[in-house]
Amino acid sequence: MPTSGSRLRVKREGDITQVEFVDRNILDEANIQQIGDEISDIIEADAGPKLLISFSNVDHLSSAALGTLITINNKVKNKGGKLRLANIDPQIYEVFKITKLDKLFQIHDSTERAMASFR
Amino acid sequence: MPVRTMHSPDPPQLDAATLLIPNRRDEIDRAQARLLSALERHGYNDSARFAVRLALEEALSNAFNHGHKNLPDHVPVRLEFSVGCGEVSLSIEDQGPGFQPEKVPDPTLDENLELPTGRGLLLIRAYMTRVEFSPRGNAVRMVYQPPGQVV
Repeated sequence: MPTSGSRLRVKREGDITQVEFVDRNILDEANIQQIGDEISDIIEADAGPKLLISFSNVDHLSSAALGTLITINNKVKNKGGKLRLANIDPQIYEVFKITKLDKLFQIHDSTERAMASFR
Repeated sequence: MPVRTMHSPDPPQLDAATLLIPNRRDEIDRAQARLLSALERHGYNDSARFAVRLALEEALSNAFNHGHKNLPDHVPVRLEFSVGCGEVSLSIEDQGPGFQPEKVPDPTLDENLELPTGRGLLLIRAYMTRVEFSPRGNAVRMVYQPPGQVV
């Protein structure tokens, strides 16, 4: 469950943090900023963060959201951690392909496969 | 005999509007909802609505974040749209100094892939059928035609 006012649902499984978005549309720049801040806090709290971001609830995202994902990716890398993306709707996956960010991120089609990839 | 019955809906007319949108999320959402309703009335499918919504979001974001960078939030961006059968046309004009789209770096190059900004224009061009900028660079006209109807 999200804590009050949070834009994320966060679940911890072993040393892996799974994050889901509360919003179906990740367009509003204030919300995107908040998402970035909340995920940055998770990364900061972990020595070698293993982070799985699930897009299972997401119908729309903008280039501003992609920018935040890139910043998150850089922060995880700087801490020697691992980032995986999963459950991306085909329409949104197309956005990753157009921007060639499918090359930058490790994207899996299910939570199970993304979880297995950490091992 | 006419094919249509008394209960057949009239064929949709051209839906057109001009909206002045300040930099407030509720106003942006309202403009998007109005445009998307027009697309639904004309039977545009989910992928068409996804494409048009994304292009509008990116164009408004560029207008406010770059064009209106030094202007207060209440200064509006002008959106004109028309939705007909087979074509959606959008014009977005900001009150900023304009920019040169050809000078925007290609965000898909390896050296730019980790930059967090600069993908809006790429997405607009990918999802729209035609994209034209005004000579000053403060207005963009975008046309969407569903695949198979491109002329």
